[in-house]
Amino acid sequence: MPNITRRKSLAFLASAPVAGWVLGKESQAAALAPEHQWKQVDPREQIRQRYFPNVVLTTQDHKKVRLYDDLIKDKVVLINFMYSSCSQLCPRVTQNLVKVQKLLGDRMDRDIFIYSFTLDPKHDTPKVLKDYASMHHVGPGWSFLTGAADEMEMLRRRLGFTDPDPELDKDKESHIGNVRYGNEPRQLWGACPGMSHAEFIVESLTWVDWPKGQRALEP
Amino acid sequence: MPNKKDIDNARKNRLELIAAGLSRRELFKMGLLTSAGYLVAKKGLSSRAWAYDHGKGGGGGDGGGGGGAASPPTRGFVEPLRTLTVKQPVASLNPAPTIQPNTAAGEGRTIAHQAFTKFPPQKFYQITQSQISATVSPDLPTQTFWGFDGETPGPVYHAKYGEPILVRNVNNLPANNGGFGNNTVSTHLHNGHTPSESDGFPCFFFNSGHFYDHHYPNVLAGVTDPQFAATNGDIRESMSTLFYHDHRIDFTAQNVYKGLVGQYLLFNQFDTGDETTGFRLPSGQFDVPMMFADKVFDPNTGLAFFDLFNTDGILGDRFLVNGKIQPFFQVAPRRYRLRWTNTGPSRWVQFFLTDPNNLSATFPFFQIANDGNLLPKPVQVTSVELGVAERADVIIDFSKFRPGQSIMLENRLEQQDGRGPTGNVLAAGQGNNYLRFDVVLPAVADNSQDPATITKFYDLPTIDLSNVVRRTFQFERGNGQWQVNGQFADCNTNRFTVKQGSTELWTLVNSSGGWMHPIHIHFEEHQIVSRNGAPPPLAVERSRKDVVELHHNETVQIFFRFRDFTGRYPLHCHNVVHEDHAMMALWTIGQTGDTNPNP
Repeated sequence: MPNITRRKSLAFLASAPVAGWVLGKESQAAALAPEHQWKQVDPREQIRQRYFPNVVLTTQDHKKVRLYDDLIKDKVVLINFMYSSCSQLCPRVTQNLVKVQKLLGDRMDRDIFIYSFTLDPKHDTPKVLKDYASMHHVGPGWSFLTGAADEMEMLRRRLGFTDPDPELDKDKESHIGNVRYGNEPRQLWGACPGMSHAEFIVESLTWVDWPKGQRALEP
Repeated sequence: MPNKKDIDNARKNRLELIAAGLSRRELFKMGLLTSAGYLVAKKGLSSRAWAYDHGKGGGGGDGGGGGGAASPPTRGFVEPLRTLTVKQPVASLNPAPTIQPNTAAGEGRTIAHQAFTKFPPQKFYQITQSQISATVSPDLPTQTFWGFDGETPGPVYHAKYGEPILVRNVNNLPANNGGFGNNTVSTHLHNGHTPSESDGFPCFFFNSGHFYDHHYPNVLAGVTDPQFAATNGDIRESMSTLFYHDHRIDFTAQNVYKGLVGQYLLFNQFDTGDETTGFRLPSGQFDVPMMFADKVFDPNTGLAFFDLFNTDGILGDRFLVNGKIQPFFQVAPRRYRLRWTNTGPSRWVQFFLTDPNNLSATFPFFQIANDGNLLPKPVQVTSVELGVAERADVIIDFSKFRPGQSIMLENRLEQQDGRGPTGNVLAAGQGNNYLRFDVVLPAVADNSQDPATITKFYDLPTIDLSNVVRRTFQFERGNGQWQVNGQFADCNTNRFTVKQGSTELWTLVNSSGGWMHPIHIHFEEHQIVSRNGAPPPLAVERSRKDVVELHHNETVQIFFRFRDFTGRYPLHCHNVVHEDHAMMALWTIGQTGDTNPNP
């Protein structure tokens, strides 16, 4: 019978996970059962590590902020991607989110925030984004964010605003128009199209809101 | 095709194993090597090889749907198939069920039962949704899932036509979701001829700490039609294999992935659940529900991982049947009825029976039902394709195999991402094995009828296009957003109203060559009138269905009769990731309808 060591088998398995693994003998099954020490990771921490790299970004007001620490942590948020020279979808979604912002009233900038990340950081300087925000009459609690091109691209991928078709993915005009909504400490994340009815976007946001509007976790 | 790096890795690993003394044949038997010489879990089947895909796009940094994780190694076929618990009724419920929502007692229902008086429940059930612990494999740690009555899949209902039941659905799900899942839920009885308020409508979700009474009349479609008064409905509309799953708008994928799924069987005077009567279909321990799922497990924690930010579709690289990864199933040399359900989230499958020691052998078997509805008669097949939420009842005769023989249930449909299968059917032995049948139990009596000799189950209901309302639905993607006729799911928008008692002809269009969609329409079964202008080519599609496979660039016309109940229902893509990203239209059956052709 094969003389395969556990170390070898695991090294091999780690490099290419295996769909089906039949073992010939009971004794082998015992020998190969993982003595693995599984890591205990807080799911909230796992989500942070996987999706929210703590990169430094700049707002339309030239403020330096960190993605997780300053924008996401402990908050209810709406996230989308846009660029200021986009002539088709972005202005419509931005106008729609302006309606959302109005509907959210004084909760904006208190515990609910909107973040629009630029897809065109080379052109979209804080000043350009400031002009864009002013033109759309954007109110407080809504940040337009730019940063280093490679970090903006990493963010786009981490946050899932990509298309599996590489040609479409390269084409900014066909960029992903979804708005992601979520509550970071409650680990509740959903998404809706940016052109959904503003009232329905607000309703969706209430589904991940604090219970009874109180910023506290149920037991 | 695998890229050069994959091939190099495969070759390197293969050499290492061969150097360790394993022959190719042994490698293959272990499931480590395909007949073409590549490792089994090559890109395209393992969905998600983090090492290969990292940084190539998609939620969480990659394109495969698992969010940057490839599951840790697990052995296949070390645990038996789990027999699902049969749900038992209770003598009574306290407080007693009421027609109006019992808000004061904590009921989350908001609409009165419409058919409670007409079909008063004769049996009562109480089922509880809660956080549970479950093991999926001896090689992975105990998982924290959500389940029904402490199990996932939940218990199986054995219901009967003519015996209305009431299920009190108690929500004890925790606020702390462990990373994904929404504890406000709406349980859909998939395929049920169910009044809207009991159907599990996506927007009728209710909170933890509350309950929701579902009234399932268990009646044939046409029950209120005078022409079928003598038979309490149209016997040709009989259903057999249904399932239940969470349908919470925007969170269905997370909640089903977390375990909120189970089976519901319906019997009648023909499909009796007793192989000595009626159609004499294999019964009792030989009538076996198999719920398929694919999942990814985090390589560090060993726990089920859901890619929160994937919008295309999530593919797992571990394959579960009834909640266990790749179980074995010891069978006797006789006929079995297997009830197959693809619970997703996104993978399409095409199952073949494979003898790992003789890959060129083919094993025909009989498909007897499509989407839980018995076909006009059994159809002999060598494979069964299932989009997400499709079901197939099959009869496999294990007396045709050698005593001691092991046969794999192998998915040979190649799929690399959430867009749908590539169209390639892989060679035998190169797919993914979901389960292994071991023909090792002693011979036992078989009173079931050989399906080759069954000439008729139910005729198909007539299709009458003389007076139909015609509607067209385009299933599209625009700016990465899923649409039905250019619009998005919205709980507050009714897209169209079907007049109760009318017939309709719907044209479902997928103009994309890139994406495939399994489209599910609630409440009434439909029949496929045409697929790309021609009658459906597959015999098993000349049937009653509730999920339509919309392949690339396809146009499918389907015929409906809308009867018996009124209220709100959805139509949606059942790739639950697409569904959660708004590929759903909400509509109504009412006393008066509209004729909007492009709602």
